[in-house]
Amino acid sequence: MTVGPFATIAEIRAALASKATSATEVAREHLDRIARSDLNCFVTVCEDAALAAAREADALISREGQSGLLGVPVAHKDVFCTAAVRTTCASRMLADFVPPYDATVVTKLRDSGAIMLGKTNMDEFAMGSSNENSYFGPVSNPWNPLRVPGGSSGGSAAAVAAGLVPAATATDTGGSIRQPAAFCGISGLKPTYGRVSRYGMVAFASSLDQGGPMARSAADLRLLLQHMEGHDPLDSTSADVEPTPSAADGEASRIGIPGEYWCGLDPRLAGALDDAAAVIEQIGHRRVDISLPHSGYATAAYYVVASAEASTNLSRYDGVRFGHRAQMPADLDDLYARSRTEGFGAEVKRRILTGTYALSIGYYDAYYRKAQRLRRLIRQDFLDAFNDVDLILAPATPSTAFEKGALSAPDDTKDPTAMYEQDVYTVPASLAGLPALSIPCGITGGLPVGMQLIAPHFGEDRLLALAEAFQRETDWHQRTPRP
Amino acid sequence: MEADLIDKLMRLAALRLESEERHLLQDNLRKIVHLIDTMQSADTDGVEPLDHPLDGVQPLRPDNVTEVVDRDRFQSSAPEVRDGLYLVPRVVE
Repeated sequence: MTVGPFATIAEIRAALASKATSATEVAREHLDRIARSDLNCFVTVCEDAALAAAREADALISREGQSGLLGVPVAHKDVFCTAAVRTTCASRMLADFVPPYDATVVTKLRDSGAIMLGKTNMDEFAMGSSNENSYFGPVSNPWNPLRVPGGSSGGSAAAVAAGLVPAATATDTGGSIRQPAAFCGISGLKPTYGRVSRYGMVAFASSLDQGGPMARSAADLRLLLQHMEGHDPLDSTSADVEPTPSAADGEASRIGIPGEYWCGLDPRLAGALDDAAAVIEQIGHRRVDISLPHSGYATAAYYVVASAEASTNLSRYDGVRFGHRAQMPADLDDLYARSRTEGFGAEVKRRILTGTYALSIGYYDAYYRKAQRLRRLIRQDFLDAFNDVDLILAPATPSTAFEKGALSAPDDTKDPTAMYEQDVYTVPASLAGLPALSIPCGITGGLPVGMQLIAPHFGEDRLLALAEAFQRETDWHQRTPRP
Repeated sequence: MEADLIDKLMRLAALRLESEERHLLQDNLRKIVHLIDTMQSADTDGVEPLDHPLDGVQPLRPDNVTEVVDRDRFQSSAPEVRDGLYLVPRVVE
Protein backbone atom coordinates (compact mmCIF):
# COMPACT_ATOMS: atom_id res chain seq x y z
CA MET A 1 0.00 0.00 0.00
CA THR A 2 1.22 3.51 -0.74
CA VAL A 3 0.89 6.19 1.90
CA GLY A 4 0.62 9.00 -0.68
CA PRO A 5 2.68 12.15 -1.07
CA PHE A 6 1.22 14.12 1.80
CA ALA A 7 1.17 11.60 4.65
CA THR A 8 2.38 12.95 7.97
CA ILE A 9 4.92 11.14 10.11
CA ALA A 10 2.09 10.20 12.45
CA GLU A 11 0.21 8.59 9.54
CA ILE A 12 3.31 6.77 8.24
CA ARG A 13 4.05 5.43 11.74
CA ALA A 14 0.48 4.15 12.04
CA ALA A 15 0.64 2.48 8.62
CA LEU A 16 3.94 0.82 9.52
CA ALA A 17 2.70 -0.25 12.96
CA SER A 18 -0.42 -1.86 11.50
CA LYS A 19 1.67 -3.55 8.77
CA ALA A 20 -0.53 -1.87 6.16
CA THR A 21 2.73 -0.98 4.43
CA SER A 22 6.46 -1.57 4.88
CA ALA A 23 9.39 0.79 5.36
CA THR A 24 10.73 -0.45 2.02
CA GLU A 25 7.48 0.43 0.24
CA VAL A 26 7.38 3.84 1.91
CA ALA A 27 11.00 4.56 0.98
CA ARG A 28 10.47 3.30 -2.60
CA GLU A 29 7.39 5.46 -3.05
CA HIS A 30 9.17 8.61 -1.86
CA LEU A 31 12.29 7.85 -3.92
CA ASP A 32 10.10 7.47 -7.01
CA ARG A 33 8.57 10.89 -6.39
CA ILE A 34 12.03 12.38 -5.91
CA ALA A 35 13.13 10.87 -9.24
CA ARG A 36 10.11 12.34 -11.01
CA SER A 37 10.39 15.79 -9.44
CA ASP A 38 11.92 18.66 -11.43
CA LEU A 39 12.07 21.11 -8.49
CA ASN A 40 15.83 20.50 -7.91
CA CYS A 41 15.29 19.89 -4.18
CA PHE A 42 18.11 17.37 -3.85
CA VAL A 43 21.87 17.65 -4.33
CA THR A 44 22.41 13.94 -3.62
CA VAL A 45 19.91 11.05 -3.48
CA CYS A 46 20.99 7.94 -1.53
CA GLU A 47 18.72 5.37 -3.11
CA ASP A 48 20.69 2.17 -2.43
CA ALA A 49 21.61 3.07 1.15
CA ALA A 50 18.03 4.18 1.85
CA LEU A 51 16.53 0.93 0.56
CA ALA A 52 19.07 -1.11 2.54
CA ALA A 53 18.21 0.83 5.70
CA ALA A 54 14.51 0.38 4.97
CA ARG A 55 14.94 -3.40 4.73
CA GLU A 56 16.69 -3.38 8.10
CA ALA A 57 13.85 -1.28 9.51
CA ASP A 58 11.31 -3.79 8.20
CA ALA A 59 13.16 -6.64 9.89
CA LEU A 60 13.14 -4.70 13.17
CA ILE A 61 9.46 -3.74 12.82
CA SER A 62 8.49 -7.38 12.25
CA ARG A 63 10.41 -8.42 15.38
CA GLU A 64 9.67 -5.55 17.75
CA GLY A 65 7.00 -3.36 16.13
CA GLN A 66 7.28 0.26 15.05
CA SER A 67 8.69 2.80 17.49
CA GLY A 68 10.28 6.24 17.33
CA LEU A 69 10.99 7.18 13.74
CA LEU A 70 11.66 3.61 12.65
CA GLY A 71 11.03 3.38 8.92
CA VAL A 72 10.20 7.09 8.46
CA PRO A 73 11.94 8.71 5.47
CA VAL A 74 13.78 12.01 6.04
CA ALA A 75 16.13 14.24 4.08
CA HIS A 76 19.05 16.18 5.50
CA LYS A 77 19.97 19.69 4.46
CA ASP A 78 23.34 19.42 2.76
CA VAL A 79 24.93 21.41 5.59
CA PHE A 80 24.90 18.38 7.93
CA CYS A 81 27.98 16.19 7.62
CA THR A 82 27.25 12.62 6.55
CA ALA A 83 30.05 10.07 6.62
CA ALA A 84 30.52 8.49 3.19
CA VAL A 85 27.94 10.79 1.56
CA ARG A 86 29.24 14.03 0.07
CA THR A 87 28.31 17.17 1.97
CA THR A 88 28.50 20.17 -0.32
CA CYS A 89 26.83 23.13 1.42
CA ALA A 90 25.73 23.82 -2.18
CA SER A 91 29.19 25.27 -2.80
CA ARG A 92 31.79 24.56 -5.45
CA MET A 93 34.21 24.72 -2.49
CA LEU A 94 32.78 21.47 -1.06
CA ALA A 95 31.35 19.92 -4.24
CA ASP A 96 33.41 16.73 -3.73
CA PHE A 97 33.79 16.81 0.06
CA VAL A 98 33.03 13.51 1.80
CA PRO A 99 33.15 14.08 5.59
CA PRO A 100 34.94 11.55 7.80
CA TYR A 101 32.12 11.65 10.38
CA ASP A 102 28.37 12.18 10.88
CA ALA A 103 26.77 15.26 12.42
CA THR A 104 25.17 14.52 15.79
CA VAL A 105 21.72 15.29 14.31
CA VAL A 106 22.34 12.72 11.57
CA THR A 107 23.47 10.10 14.11
CA LYS A 108 20.51 10.75 16.41
CA LEU A 109 17.91 10.51 13.66
CA ARG A 110 19.50 7.35 12.30
CA ASP A 111 19.56 5.85 15.79
CA SER A 112 15.85 6.60 16.12
CA GLY A 113 15.23 4.61 12.94
CA ALA A 114 14.73 7.41 10.41
CA ILE A 115 15.82 6.59 6.86
CA MET A 116 17.87 9.20 5.03
CA LEU A 117 16.77 9.49 1.41
CA GLY A 118 19.28 12.18 0.47
CA LYS A 119 20.77 15.63 0.97
CA THR A 120 18.81 18.74 0.10
CA ASN A 121 19.74 21.82 -1.90
CA MET A 122 20.27 25.13 -0.13
CA ASP A 123 21.79 28.57 -0.51
CA GLU A 124 25.58 28.27 -0.55
CA PHE A 125 26.86 27.96 3.03
CA ALA A 126 23.29 28.80 4.17
CA MET A 127 23.71 32.40 2.98
CA GLY A 128 20.56 33.52 1.20
CA SER A 129 16.80 33.81 1.35
CA SER A 130 15.77 32.37 -2.03
CA ASN A 131 17.87 29.27 -2.73
CA GLU A 132 19.16 31.03 -5.84
CA ASN A 133 22.73 31.06 -4.43
CA SER A 134 23.33 27.36 -5.00
CA TYR A 135 26.22 25.93 -7.03
CA PHE A 136 23.75 23.17 -7.97
CA GLY A 137 21.13 25.58 -9.32
CA PRO A 138 18.00 27.15 -7.86
CA VAL A 139 15.11 25.23 -6.28
CA SER A 140 11.55 25.85 -7.49
CA ASN A 141 8.61 26.47 -5.20
CA PRO A 142 6.12 23.59 -5.59
CA TRP A 143 3.21 26.05 -5.37
CA ASN A 144 4.53 27.92 -8.41
CA PRO A 145 7.77 26.84 -10.07
CA LEU A 146 8.46 30.39 -11.26
CA ARG A 147 8.80 31.44 -7.63
CA VAL A 148 11.51 30.81 -5.06
CA PRO A 149 11.04 28.38 -2.16
CA GLY A 150 12.83 30.75 0.22
CA GLY A 151 16.15 30.02 1.80
CA SER A 152 18.53 29.03 2.88
CA SER A 153 16.77 25.69 3.59
CA GLY A 154 14.85 25.90 0.29
CA GLY A 155 15.48 22.31 -0.80
CA SER A 156 14.24 20.88 2.50
CA ALA A 157 11.13 23.10 2.50
CA ALA A 158 10.22 22.43 -1.13
CA ALA A 159 10.81 18.68 -0.70
CA VAL A 160 8.39 18.50 2.23
CA ALA A 161 5.83 20.75 0.50
CA ALA A 162 5.97 18.69 -2.71
CA GLY A 163 5.49 15.38 -0.90
CA LEU A 164 9.00 14.09 -1.65
CA VAL A 165 9.69 13.50 2.06
CA PRO A 166 7.45 13.83 5.12
CA ALA A 167 10.19 15.63 7.05
CA ALA A 168 13.59 17.18 6.62
CA THR A 169 16.31 18.72 8.71
CA ALA A 170 17.21 22.34 8.19
CA THR A 171 19.20 25.12 9.82
CA ASP A 172 18.27 28.65 10.78
CA THR A 173 20.82 31.42 11.29
CA GLY A 174 18.60 34.44 10.55
CA GLY A 175 15.39 32.79 9.35
CA SER A 176 16.52 29.94 7.12
CA ILE A 177 13.97 27.49 8.58
CA ARG A 178 11.03 29.84 9.17
CA GLN A 179 11.10 31.82 5.91
CA PRO A 180 11.21 28.82 3.51
CA ALA A 181 8.62 27.01 5.68
CA ALA A 182 6.35 30.05 5.24
CA PHE A 183 6.99 30.31 1.48
CA CYS A 184 6.29 26.59 0.95
CA GLY A 185 3.28 26.25 3.27
CA ILE A 186 4.82 23.81 5.76
CA SER A 187 5.71 23.81 9.46
CA GLY A 188 9.28 24.63 10.53
CA LEU A 189 10.86 25.05 13.96
CA LYS A 190 14.03 26.88 14.93
CA PRO A 191 14.75 25.65 18.46
CA THR A 192 16.42 27.68 21.20
CA TYR A 193 20.10 28.29 20.47
CA GLY A 194 21.91 25.26 21.89
CA ARG A 195 18.97 22.82 22.11
CA VAL A 196 20.06 20.90 19.02
CA SER A 197 23.75 20.05 18.64
CA ARG A 198 25.79 21.97 16.07
CA TYR A 199 28.43 19.22 15.90
CA GLY A 200 28.95 18.34 12.27
CA MET A 201 26.80 21.21 11.01
CA VAL A 202 29.04 23.20 8.67
CA ALA A 203 29.52 26.51 10.48
CA PHE A 204 28.21 29.81 9.11
CA ALA A 205 27.67 32.09 12.15
CA SER A 206 28.36 30.10 15.29
CA SER A 207 26.50 32.28 17.81
CA LEU A 208 23.34 32.12 15.67
CA ASP A 209 23.30 28.77 13.80
CA GLN A 210 20.68 26.33 15.01
CA GLY A 211 19.41 23.11 13.44
CA GLY A 212 15.77 22.17 13.52
CA PRO A 213 13.00 20.18 11.81
CA MET A 214 10.62 20.86 8.92
CA ALA A 215 7.44 18.80 8.53
CA ARG A 216 3.75 18.89 7.63
CA SER A 217 2.41 19.50 11.13
CA ALA A 218 3.42 20.91 14.51
CA ALA A 219 2.81 17.48 16.05
CA ASP A 220 5.43 16.04 13.68
CA LEU A 221 7.82 18.88 14.59
CA ARG A 222 7.50 17.91 18.25
CA LEU A 223 8.31 14.27 17.50
CA LEU A 224 11.29 15.22 15.34
CA LEU A 225 12.61 17.66 17.94
CA GLN A 226 12.51 14.93 20.57
CA HIS A 227 14.77 12.82 18.35
CA MET A 228 17.15 15.67 17.43
CA GLU A 229 17.62 17.56 20.72
CA GLY A 230 19.79 16.85 23.71
CA HIS A 231 23.06 17.81 25.31
CA ASP A 232 26.09 16.91 23.22
CA PRO A 233 29.54 16.91 24.79
CA LEU A 234 30.96 17.34 21.27
CA ASP A 235 29.38 20.82 20.99
CA SER A 236 30.57 23.20 23.71
CA THR A 237 27.56 25.48 23.12
CA SER A 238 25.08 22.62 23.51
CA ALA A 239 22.53 23.23 26.28
CA ASP A 240 21.88 20.67 29.00
CA VAL A 241 18.13 21.03 29.56
CA GLU A 242 15.05 18.90 30.15
CA PRO A 243 13.81 17.14 27.01
CA THR A 244 10.65 18.31 25.28
CA PRO A 245 7.61 16.43 26.72
CA SER A 246 5.44 14.35 24.41
CA ALA A 247 2.11 15.88 25.38
CA ALA A 248 1.49 19.54 25.98
CA ASP A 249 -0.61 21.07 28.70
CA GLY A 250 -3.56 23.06 27.45
CA GLU A 251 -3.31 26.15 29.62
CA ALA A 252 -4.38 29.53 28.29
CA SER A 253 -1.56 31.74 27.03
CA ARG A 254 -1.16 35.48 26.70
CA ILE A 255 -0.15 36.11 23.08
CA GLY A 256 1.87 39.26 22.39
CA ILE A 257 1.32 41.15 19.15
CA PRO A 258 4.34 43.41 18.46
CA GLY A 259 3.12 46.62 16.80
CA GLU A 260 6.46 47.22 15.07
CA TYR A 261 6.02 44.05 12.98
CA TRP A 262 2.75 45.27 11.44
CA CYS A 263 4.15 48.59 10.15
CA GLY A 264 4.29 48.39 6.37
CA LEU A 265 3.27 44.71 6.25
CA ASP A 266 1.52 43.62 3.04
CA PRO A 267 -2.21 44.01 3.92
CA ARG A 268 -3.03 40.54 2.53
CA LEU A 269 -0.56 38.96 4.93
CA ALA A 270 -1.77 41.19 7.77
CA GLY A 271 -5.32 39.99 7.05
CA ALA A 272 -4.30 36.33 7.23
CA LEU A 273 -2.44 36.92 10.49
CA ASP A 274 -5.37 38.82 12.00
CA ASP A 275 -7.65 35.90 11.11
CA ALA A 276 -5.17 33.49 12.71
CA ALA A 277 -5.01 35.62 15.86
CA ALA A 278 -8.81 35.53 16.01
CA VAL A 279 -8.76 31.71 15.88
CA ILE A 280 -6.21 31.69 18.70
CA GLU A 281 -8.47 33.95 20.77
CA GLN A 282 -11.45 31.67 20.10
CA ILE A 283 -9.61 28.72 21.61
CA GLY A 284 -9.13 30.57 24.86
CA HIS A 285 -5.90 32.56 24.55
CA ARG A 286 -5.65 36.29 25.13
CA ARG A 287 -4.14 38.91 22.78
CA VAL A 288 -1.88 41.54 24.31
CA ASP A 289 -0.38 44.43 22.35
CA ILE A 290 3.36 44.67 22.99
CA SER A 291 6.32 46.67 21.71
CA LEU A 292 9.77 45.45 20.64
CA PRO A 293 11.29 48.91 20.17
CA HIS A 294 14.72 47.96 18.76
CA SER A 295 13.33 45.68 16.01
CA GLY A 296 14.19 48.22 13.32
CA TYR A 297 17.91 47.75 13.98
CA ALA A 298 17.85 43.95 13.87
CA THR A 299 18.61 43.46 10.16
CA ALA A 300 21.67 45.71 10.28
CA ALA A 301 22.97 44.19 13.53
CA TYR A 302 22.35 40.69 12.21
CA TYR A 303 24.27 41.23 8.98
CA VAL A 304 27.25 42.55 10.92
CA VAL A 305 27.34 39.75 13.52
CA ALA A 306 26.59 36.96 11.02
CA SER A 307 29.08 38.22 8.42
CA ALA A 308 31.81 38.73 11.03
CA GLU A 309 31.40 35.18 12.27
CA ALA A 310 31.20 33.87 8.70
CA SER A 311 34.45 35.59 7.71
CA THR A 312 36.14 33.83 10.64
CA ASN A 313 34.51 30.42 10.11
CA LEU A 314 35.13 30.36 6.37
CA SER A 315 38.84 31.14 6.80
CA ARG A 316 39.29 27.35 7.17
CA TYR A 317 38.81 26.88 3.41
CA ASP A 318 42.39 27.14 2.22
CA GLY A 319 42.65 24.59 -0.58
CA VAL A 320 45.00 22.47 1.55
CA ARG A 321 43.12 20.25 4.02
CA PHE A 322 39.80 19.77 2.21
CA GLY A 323 37.65 21.48 -0.35
CA HIS A 324 38.40 23.06 -3.72
CA ARG A 325 42.05 23.57 -4.65
CA ALA A 326 43.22 25.86 -7.47
CA GLN A 327 45.40 24.22 -10.10
CA MET A 328 49.05 25.16 -10.66
CA PRO A 329 49.42 27.70 -7.85
CA ALA A 330 52.37 30.08 -8.20
CA ASP A 331 52.95 30.19 -4.45
CA LEU A 332 51.14 29.66 -1.15
CA ASP A 333 49.26 32.98 -1.22
CA ASP A 334 48.17 32.27 -4.76
CA LEU A 335 46.92 28.83 -3.67
CA TYR A 336 44.85 30.34 -0.86
CA ALA A 337 43.45 33.27 -2.85
CA ARG A 338 42.64 31.40 -6.04
CA SER A 339 41.19 28.35 -4.24
CA ARG A 340 38.86 30.65 -2.29
CA THR A 341 38.02 32.95 -5.20
CA GLU A 342 37.17 29.98 -7.44
CA GLY A 343 35.43 27.99 -4.71
CA PHE A 344 33.09 30.60 -3.22
CA GLY A 345 30.09 32.17 -4.96
CA ALA A 346 29.38 35.91 -5.09
CA GLU A 347 27.15 36.14 -2.00
CA VAL A 348 29.61 34.19 0.15
CA LYS A 349 32.42 36.52 -0.95
CA ARG A 350 30.29 39.57 -0.10
CA ARG A 351 29.58 38.25 3.40
CA ILE A 352 33.23 37.36 4.00
CA LEU A 353 34.30 40.84 2.94
CA THR A 354 31.53 42.52 4.95
CA GLY A 355 32.65 40.56 8.00
CA THR A 356 36.30 41.31 7.35
CA TYR A 357 35.41 45.00 7.17
CA ALA A 358 33.37 44.90 10.41
CA LEU A 359 36.22 43.16 12.25
CA SER A 360 39.13 45.18 10.87
CA ILE A 361 41.13 47.74 12.80
CA GLY A 362 39.39 51.10 12.83
CA TYR A 363 35.93 49.64 12.16
CA TYR A 364 35.61 47.01 14.91
CA ASP A 365 34.01 49.30 17.52
CA ALA A 366 31.81 51.13 15.04
CA TYR A 367 30.41 47.93 13.52
CA TYR A 368 31.04 44.66 15.34
CA ARG A 369 30.85 45.95 18.91
CA LYS A 370 27.98 48.28 18.01
CA ALA A 371 26.06 45.32 16.57
CA GLN A 372 26.70 43.27 19.72
CA ARG A 373 25.41 46.12 21.88
CA LEU A 374 22.27 46.27 19.75
CA ARG A 375 21.99 42.52 20.06
CA ARG A 376 21.71 42.93 23.84
CA LEU A 377 19.03 45.62 23.46
CA ILE A 378 17.06 43.44 21.02
CA ARG A 379 17.25 40.47 23.38
CA GLN A 380 16.20 42.70 26.29
CA ASP A 381 13.12 43.84 24.31
CA PHE A 382 12.02 40.20 24.17
CA LEU A 383 12.85 39.47 27.83
CA ASP A 384 10.82 42.54 28.87
CA ALA A 385 7.91 41.47 26.65
CA PHE A 386 7.95 37.96 28.14
CA ASN A 387 7.23 39.50 31.56
CA ASP A 388 3.75 40.24 30.22
CA VAL A 389 3.11 37.55 27.61
CA ASP A 390 3.81 33.82 27.18
CA LEU A 391 4.31 33.77 23.41
CA ILE A 392 4.62 36.29 20.58
CA LEU A 393 2.71 36.13 17.27
CA ALA A 394 4.34 37.81 14.26
CA PRO A 395 4.59 37.59 10.50
CA ALA A 396 7.30 35.23 9.22
CA THR A 397 7.97 37.13 5.98
CA PRO A 398 7.15 40.53 4.47
CA SER A 399 5.52 38.90 1.40
CA THR A 400 4.57 35.53 -0.03
CA ALA A 401 7.15 33.72 -2.19
CA PHE A 402 8.61 36.14 -4.71
CA GLU A 403 9.52 35.39 -8.32
CA LYS A 404 12.88 33.92 -9.21
CA GLY A 405 15.14 36.73 -10.33
CA ALA A 406 13.11 39.42 -8.57
CA LEU A 407 15.80 40.09 -5.96
CA SER A 408 18.89 38.52 -7.49
CA ALA A 409 20.49 38.27 -10.90
CA PRO A 410 22.97 35.72 -12.29
CA ASP A 411 25.27 38.59 -13.29
CA ASP A 412 25.08 39.92 -9.73
CA THR A 413 23.74 43.34 -10.71
CA LYS A 414 20.89 43.50 -8.16
CA ASP A 415 21.15 45.27 -4.81
CA PRO A 416 21.95 42.50 -2.27
CA THR A 417 20.36 44.41 0.60
CA ALA A 418 16.88 43.97 -0.92
CA MET A 419 17.31 40.24 -0.24
CA TYR A 420 18.61 40.95 3.27
CA GLU A 421 15.41 42.90 4.04
CA GLN A 422 13.46 39.65 3.53
CA ASP A 423 14.74 38.52 6.94
CA VAL A 424 13.33 41.52 8.81
CA TYR A 425 10.81 39.49 10.88
CA THR A 426 13.02 36.47 11.57
CA VAL A 427 16.41 37.93 12.55
CA PRO A 428 15.30 39.48 15.88
CA ALA A 429 14.50 36.08 17.47
CA SER A 430 17.75 34.70 16.00
CA LEU A 431 19.83 37.44 17.62
CA ALA A 432 18.04 36.76 20.93
CA GLY A 433 18.57 32.97 20.62
CA LEU A 434 14.84 32.34 21.05
CA PRO A 435 12.84 29.37 19.77
CA ALA A 436 10.45 30.31 16.96
CA LEU A 437 8.40 28.46 14.39
CA SER A 438 6.44 29.18 11.25
CA ILE A 439 3.18 27.42 10.42
CA PRO A 440 0.77 28.02 7.53
CA CYS A 441 -2.10 30.40 8.35
CA GLY A 442 -3.56 31.37 5.00
CA ILE A 443 -3.25 31.44 1.23
CA THR A 444 -3.21 34.59 -0.86
CA GLY A 445 -2.68 34.83 -4.60
CA GLY A 446 -2.35 31.03 -4.68
CA LEU A 447 0.64 31.12 -2.30
CA PRO A 448 0.91 30.17 1.37
CA VAL A 449 1.23 32.68 4.21
CA GLY A 450 3.27 31.80 7.31
CA MET A 451 2.60 32.77 10.90
CA GLN A 452 5.60 33.06 13.20
CA LEU A 453 5.30 32.20 16.89
CA ILE A 454 8.17 33.05 19.26
CA ALA A 455 8.68 31.72 22.81
CA PRO A 456 11.04 32.42 25.72
CA HIS A 457 14.31 30.46 25.80
CA PHE A 458 13.61 26.71 26.01
CA GLY A 459 9.86 27.33 25.70
CA GLU A 460 9.45 24.87 22.81
CA ASP A 461 6.78 22.85 24.63
CA ARG A 462 4.36 25.75 24.92
CA LEU A 463 5.30 27.05 21.46
CA LEU A 464 4.48 23.71 19.86
CA ALA A 465 1.35 23.32 22.00
CA LEU A 466 -0.12 26.52 20.57
CA ALA A 467 0.83 25.50 17.03
CA GLU A 468 -0.74 22.06 17.55
CA ALA A 469 -3.92 23.65 18.95
CA PHE A 470 -4.08 26.05 15.96
CA GLN A 471 -3.71 23.13 13.56
CA ARG A 472 -6.56 21.25 15.27
CA GLU A 473 -8.80 24.26 14.48
CA THR A 474 -7.62 25.02 10.94
CA ASP A 475 -6.61 23.07 7.86
CA TRP A 476 -4.05 25.47 6.33
CA HIS A 477 -1.27 22.95 7.07
CA GLN A 478 -3.15 20.30 5.08
CA ARG A 479 -3.39 22.42 1.93
CA THR A 480 -1.02 21.19 -0.73
CA PRO A 481 0.24 22.50 -4.06
CA ARG A 482 -1.34 21.09 -7.20
CA PRO A 483 0.64 18.06 -8.40
CA MET B 1 34.40 52.16 0.18
CA GLU B 2 37.56 53.33 -1.58
CA ALA B 3 39.62 51.15 -3.91
CA ASP B 4 42.52 50.81 -1.46
CA LEU B 5 40.14 49.64 1.29
CA ILE B 6 38.79 46.97 -1.08
CA ASP B 7 42.38 45.89 -1.76
CA LYS B 8 43.08 45.63 1.94
CA LEU B 9 39.90 43.63 2.65
CA MET B 10 40.60 41.21 -0.20
CA ARG B 11 44.13 40.70 1.06
CA LEU B 12 42.89 40.04 4.62
CA ALA B 13 40.20 37.64 3.36
CA ALA B 14 42.51 35.91 0.84
CA LEU B 15 40.22 36.66 -2.09
CA ARG B 16 41.15 38.05 -5.49
CA LEU B 17 38.64 39.70 -7.80
CA GLU B 18 39.41 41.33 -11.11
CA SER B 19 37.94 44.21 -13.15
CA GLU B 20 34.18 43.82 -13.73
CA GLU B 21 33.57 41.48 -10.78
CA ARG B 22 35.54 43.79 -8.53
CA HIS B 23 33.61 46.83 -9.71
CA LEU B 24 30.28 45.13 -8.92
CA LEU B 25 31.58 44.01 -5.57
CA GLN B 26 32.66 47.51 -4.64
CA ASP B 27 29.23 48.83 -5.57
CA ASN B 28 27.45 46.08 -3.61
CA LEU B 29 29.64 46.50 -0.54
CA ARG B 30 28.81 50.20 -0.58
CA LYS B 31 25.10 49.31 -0.41
CA ILE B 32 25.69 46.80 2.38
CA VAL B 33 27.65 49.36 4.41
CA HIS B 34 24.79 51.81 3.85
CA LEU B 35 22.40 49.21 5.33
CA ILE B 36 24.55 48.38 8.34
CA ASP B 37 25.23 52.07 8.99
CA THR B 38 21.57 52.41 10.03
CA MET B 39 22.80 51.00 13.36
CA GLN B 40 24.64 54.21 14.07
CA SER B 41 21.45 56.11 14.95
CA ALA B 42 20.76 53.76 17.91
CA ASP B 43 21.78 54.90 21.37
CA THR B 44 23.91 52.09 22.80
CA ASP B 45 25.88 54.11 25.36
CA GLY B 46 26.64 52.03 28.42
CA VAL B 47 25.26 48.81 26.86
CA GLU B 48 27.52 45.77 27.22
CA PRO B 49 28.15 43.88 23.97
CA LEU B 50 26.39 40.48 23.83
CA ASP B 51 28.60 37.61 22.61
CA HIS B 52 26.35 34.65 23.30
CA PRO B 53 22.55 34.77 23.20
CA LEU B 54 22.23 32.77 26.43
CA ASP B 55 25.28 34.24 28.17
CA GLY B 56 26.94 30.84 27.85
CA VAL B 57 30.50 30.25 28.88
CA GLN B 58 32.86 27.55 27.71
CA PRO B 59 32.30 24.52 29.94
CA LEU B 60 35.25 22.52 31.27
CA ARG B 61 35.48 18.79 30.65
CA PRO B 62 37.75 16.11 32.05
CA ASP B 63 41.16 16.11 30.38
CA ASN B 64 40.72 12.68 28.81
CA VAL B 65 41.63 11.47 25.36
CA THR B 66 38.33 10.85 23.53
CA GLU B 67 39.40 10.94 19.88
CA VAL B 68 41.89 8.79 18.09
CA VAL B 69 44.04 10.09 15.26
CA ASP B 70 43.08 8.35 12.05
CA ARG B 71 45.21 10.23 9.58
CA ASP B 72 44.28 8.22 6.51
CA ARG B 73 40.58 8.78 7.11
CA PHE B 74 40.94 12.50 7.86
CA GLN B 75 43.20 13.04 4.86
CA SER B 76 40.93 11.12 2.50
CA SER B 77 39.17 14.38 1.59
CA ALA B 78 42.37 16.44 1.20
CA PRO B 79 43.11 17.57 -2.35
CA GLU B 80 46.82 16.64 -2.32
CA VAL B 81 48.68 14.53 0.24
CA ARG B 82 51.82 12.41 0.08
CA ASP B 83 53.24 10.14 2.79
CA GLY B 84 50.65 11.46 5.24
CA LEU B 85 51.61 15.08 4.63
CA TYR B 86 49.52 17.87 3.10
CA LEU B 87 51.18 19.32 0.01
CA VAL B 88 51.51 23.08 -0.53
CA PRO B 89 53.63 25.08 -2.99
CA ARG B 90 57.28 25.41 -1.96
CA VAL B 91 57.58 28.07 0.77
CA VAL B 92 61.33 27.85 1.53
CA GLU B 93 63.77 27.75 -1.38
